Amino acid sequence: MAKSFPEEVLEHVFSFITSDSDRNAVSLVCKSWYEIERWCRKRVFVGNCYAVSPRILTRRFPEVRSVEIKGKPHFADFNLVPEGWGGCVYPWISAMAGAYPWLEEIRLKRMVVSDEALELISTSFCNFKVLVLSSCEGFSTDGLASIAANCRKLRELDLRESEVDDLSGHWLSHFPDTWTSLVSLNIACLGSEVSFSALERLVARSPNLRTLRLNRAVSLEKLHNLLCRAPQLVEFGTGAYSSELRPDVFSNLAGAFSGCKQLKGLSGFWDLVPAYLPAIYLTCSGLTSLNLSYATIQSPDLVKLVSQCRNLQRLWVLDYIEDIGLDALAASCKDLQELRVFPSDPYVVDPNVSLTERGLVAVSEGCPKLQSVLYFCRQMSNAALVAIARNRPNLVCFRLCIIEPRAPDYLTLEPLDAGFGAIVEHCKELRRLSLSGLLTDRVFEYIGTRGRKLEMLSIAFAGDSDLGLHHVLSGCESLRKLEIRDCPFGDKALLANAAKLETMRSLWMSSCSVSFGACKLLGQKLPRLNVEVIDERGSPYSRPESCLVEKLYIYRTVAGPRIDMPPFVWTIDEDAALR
Amino acid sequence: MSMPLEELNYIGLSEIPAMENSEKLASKGLNLKATELRLGLPGSESPERDNGLGVLKGFTSGAKRGFSDTINGDSGKWVFTGNGGSEVDLGKNGALFSPRSVNGSGSECTSLKEVVPLSPKAVHEKKPQISAVNGHGVAPAAKAQVVGWPPIRSFRKNSMAVNPPKSDEDAKLGSGCLYVKVSMDGAPYLRKVDLKTYSSYMELSSALEKMFSCFTIGQCGAHGVPLRDGMSESRLMDLLHGSEYVLTYEDKDDDWMLVGDVPWEMFTVSCKRMRIMKSSDAIGL
Repeated sequence: MAKSFPEEVLEHVFSFITSDSDRNAVSLVCKSWYEIERWCRKRVFVGNCYAVSPRILTRRFPEVRSVEIKGKPHFADFNLVPEGWGGCVYPWISAMAGAYPWLEEIRLKRMVVSDEALELISTSFCNFKVLVLSSCEGFSTDGLASIAANCRKLRELDLRESEVDDLSGHWLSHFPDTWTSLVSLNIACLGSEVSFSALERLVARSPNLRTLRLNRAVSLEKLHNLLCRAPQLVEFGTGAYSSELRPDVFSNLAGAFSGCKQLKGLSGFWDLVPAYLPAIYLTCSGLTSLNLSYATIQSPDLVKLVSQCRNLQRLWVLDYIEDIGLDALAASCKDLQELRVFPSDPYVVDPNVSLTERGLVAVSEGCPKLQSVLYFCRQMSNAALVAIARNRPNLVCFRLCIIEPRAPDYLTLEPLDAGFGAIVEHCKELRRLSLSGLLTDRVFEYIGTRGRKLEMLSIAFAGDSDLGLHHVLSGCESLRKLEIRDCPFGDKALLANAAKLETMRSLWMSSCSVSFGACKLLGQKLPRLNVEVIDERGSPYSRPESCLVEKLYIYRTVAGPRIDMPPFVWTIDEDAALR
Repeated sequence: MSMPLEELNYIGLSEIPAMENSEKLASKGLNLKATELRLGLPGSESPERDNGLGVLKGFTSGAKRGFSDTINGDSGKWVFTGNGGSEVDLGKNGALFSPRSVNGSGSECTSLKEVVPLSPKAVHEKKPQISAVNGHGVAPAAKAQVVGWPPIRSFRKNSMAVNPPKSDEDAKLGSGCLYVKVSMDGAPYLRKVDLKTYSSYMELSSALEKMFSCFTIGQCGAHGVPLRDGMSESRLMDLLHGSEYVLTYEDKDDDWMLVGDVPWEMFTVSCKRMRIMKSSDAIGL
């Protein structure tokens, strides 16, 4: 008869298992493993805040120390989700305040965080160490002041790209003088000026400070004061990188940068004045990450900089780099893993810079470790895509945005089906794909059959008929997130593949051809899905069922329909009652 | 996506002549009388994030500041330009709002755009359309745009919007002076001012008043209002609000903007010329 290990031993073994999916697998083995695992899980990731409720979380996992929660769907980043849709974090904080007094870390993405929530965080968790608010909104600098004043053990405060009601910069001064545990501070998204002397003192008393990302309001002349006090910095984000040309400012800055021997990442560089770029040249050989995506400088200056960064692994840059700059990148940066090229002037049809598909092809040829690409351009060809696919079968994330919707292969005027088909065929590890350009149903056939590891797919202005959606939903075994806008996909494909939706985290469809009747059917038949119709024209019940819905968000959940819906969101439940 | 529309509509400047424009508007049943004037930071909050309840939210990127204490929901006032000019030649009409220049050479509007949602087939229309705006002072483009395309996050859009074009700027930086022309409606000649000699809107406003006092009939009152720098932008508007003139400027993108919305430094960098405009030129007043 098999004797099982004592609980303590199992628990010890489980402590080496950190990945969420492994932990989930462990909990499915048997009831006792489920029990042991749930008592010792310290970190929880909630990919969709409405897929589960706070109560379910706290009841199942009583000893959580670190929580990560995501709210709004990804397309909220591009303003497709109306304001007020949801994703409010307060109920979570409130539940955790009671259940997890020892909570140390909260990471939120695309959630609505109020000042009250921040205050509750600051007073509920005596060991609180890490707060990361990524693309969040709903709070002001008053909320930050509560965090600063009350979280004595805070190590990390990261506001990346959140929308903050910036009342003043005084909140920073609420950090007590006795607080010395700061490791990471990112305030790059804030508009107003924080007190520089408070910042200076803060940096001076934080010997463990590794990451400091300043906001635009911090002037260039003062940077050296901070850098000199923090020579141990690993990641640094400047403020506005411009000033009148003064030799003393330059030499102070250059000296300060050269003192930071551990610097691996640089960012910021708003309003970059090329004359001040040489100040960072001495750091270049050590840099692995460079974010110049706010620096409006021309290709020659970019080339000079980038050619010195031989160890660069990640580069974010504007399309001012042009094809010629990407050639230089391909020649110099053989360790490059991630490239993001953003458009400098996305709203004009004609190109303002000489950046084409050639630049991306060059990088795919020259950089053997390239795995992740985000590329905005104005022309693309099947030939280029095929070349990229053949050069870089190790691509994991490929996001291409051809700025003009439905733009064909500029050489042959054909759809780009073959090109993207090659991508999914050759890049067998591809997990994330964003499509653009002229695409027919055929490309979805390729994706459905070849995109076996694809987890996230973004589609816009593509396809001819329901067949396209059907290919994706009936294939793509690993698909978790599908987001679609402005495609002629409708009821047939959705209803035929309804079961697939329960295997995914979420499906977003806006400006497509899905009728309200189909939504009702889905909601009635699949109780473990929340089918949300977002329609600002008024109740879909007031129109015939054949009317198309504006936006549709379907996600699996064990928490039932949500109770915090705004007036423009309707959910369908079993009896299709109006909610 | 249709934004919940306030009783505010915006006439986008278009190529069609003014008469047609207003007929078109009338036929669409737009109620111009209901168009209230507002003073708001163009793009002081993402218009797309408008919750339709007239609540202003703060704004993060760049150096813009929130106006929540000066703006009272949707009862603020727009300062409107003349007859909604027939041409998109902004120089001639001094139009306040910033339609994209028709030949597409205009760079991104410095303010965020709000557009009427297009059908799935509609793409970059070359023909300008009338756009509806929310209640927060957004100047839409003359060329219709698709919401959320290209997929660029608001934070980046806003950061780029306040970036002055690089090439001219490098020349300007470090130069000792920044002369811009100032015209005043009804005045027989223009003046020039050096923006570098002022450090705030308050100083500029006083200087302009002194310069043009011989031409004005009424004077601004309430000069004694003390200004903190963070509030000066909005207070200036309060000052001018009482007078029959409005101060506007043309920025690097050839858009005519209300003076006082952006922080002073950003204004000096982006201002090409100024125009003191009669308030009575505005429709709806």
